[in-house]
Amino acid sequence: MKYSALALLRGALTSQRHWQPAWASPEPKAAYDVVIVGGGGHGLAAAYYLAKNHRITRVAVIERGWLGGGNTGRNTTVVRSNYLFPESARLYDFSLRLYEGLSGELNFNIMLSQRGQVTLAHSRHDLESMSRWVNTLHMHGIDAELLGREQVAALAPALDLSPTARVPVLGGFLQPRGGTARHDAVAWGYARAASALGVDIIQQCEVTGFVRGAAGRVTAVETTHGRIGAERVAIAAAGHSSVLAALAGFRLPLTSYALQAMVTEPLKPRLDTVVISPGTGVYVSQSDKGEMVIGGSLDLFPSYAQRGSFAVMQSVLAGTLAMFPSFSRLRVMRQWAGIVDVVHDSSPIIGPTPVPGLFINCGWGTGGFKAIPAGGWTLAHVLATGRNHELAEPFQLERFVSGRFIDEAAAAGIAH
Amino acid sequence: MLLSCPWCGSRDESEFVCGGTTHIARPALGASDAEWGEYLFFRDNPKGVHRERWRHAYGCGQWFNVARHTVTHEVVAVYAMGEAPP
Repeated sequence: MKYSALALLRGALTSQRHWQPAWASPEPKAAYDVVIVGGGGHGLAAAYYLAKNHRITRVAVIERGWLGGGNTGRNTTVVRSNYLFPESARLYDFSLRLYEGLSGELNFNIMLSQRGQVTLAHSRHDLESMSRWVNTLHMHGIDAELLGREQVAALAPALDLSPTARVPVLGGFLQPRGGTARHDAVAWGYARAASALGVDIIQQCEVTGFVRGAAGRVTAVETTHGRIGAERVAIAAAGHSSVLAALAGFRLPLTSYALQAMVTEPLKPRLDTVVISPGTGVYVSQSDKGEMVIGGSLDLFPSYAQRGSFAVMQSVLAGTLAMFPSFSRLRVMRQWAGIVDVVHDSSPIIGPTPVPGLFINCGWGTGGFKAIPAGGWTLAHVLATGRNHELAEPFQLERFVSGRFIDEAAAAGIAH
Repeated sequence: MLLSCPWCGSRDESEFVCGGTTHIARPALGASDAEWGEYLFFRDNPKGVHRERWRHAYGCGQWFNVARHTVTHEVVAVYAMGEAPP
């Protein structure tokens, strides 16, 4: 059913009782052309683009928990494409362009708000490296503006811009097209659109093994709902990628860490841009509900616990108050963590694995949400055609042997 | 998470720095690019007990080994560098 103002008006005649579930929840079939393990944004987007771009609709998305219950529902909802190297800039800007048309494409309001993202400069050296950064972005065709301190003050008046601030602000740079999107809506929108095209979405179904046939090719997955046959299988499981790879018999260049985030109680509009400070290691935006959404550094030890430690929460909140002293009376309402799959060069892996017929989308680390449309698009491409998408070609497992890294640590926003 | 330095005893988590997976053997000089890449970058990254190095960086400065569960963060064993895992 198409969502529209007309559908809402028509529903008024029947007390809005005509609404159907947004996606079907069938039992798994015996076999599919493609099985995608992981019902987060990347997995659901890949299923949608398989059906939409490649007309492959015998597809199942298998999710251990609930849709978008992993990192898709645990991030700080920031979207941007201000990456330094041409390979990443192309990939992330493609993603942002898809986000810009996504509400219409999916007929689902993802509440994209391009309120701009400001990266603060705290020293003369920051200002110099940012002018290089901005010039590089212009060469990539990506919007970016260098800001003086007065311009930062105009964009985010709540910031402490006094010379006596704990981490003084000298300026910064803005990506005007950066901003936020409703994270759950991205998962739900892709799920609804994929389901409408015939994709089976199966929740609360855990993959327990991979079945290998002739020449070691994957032929099926073992799940808690029984064996499901597949011509091709994809893993899109973020922090749990290594666990699934171990079931299939190979290792990945990943370490899983907890990345925490928190929100305060809601307040009136106080901050209408996204602010990131490399000096305090904190980034803040205000949600449409009025909560301050706060993110910061990783808990820097391997973890699969989706909570995050108190020591890091303390330092993140201390950094937040150094930037925004007026937030000191706010109470933190919720705090949580997602398990992120960190790669040595902070760049993703999208392509084939050592197991024939098994593909992977992982390694997004702390920045996977902004990449959901591009991750899904390029994973669908390699699943459908057997060839890497042009944008994904530099992001292969081979780079950990060849040494051809795309070291984006500088552009990841916060140094981890 | 509660960590205990073998020299200083139980201290605040923020005094320690994790040095990642321990017991990784350096391959021989004639190692291929694939073996070298495996050594440098590929990890078990287990969901369960992980053997790792920690340093009491803001204390005595000593390194030591820890076997720790990556879901519960429970420390199973603390043992010296160079010692075989328990």
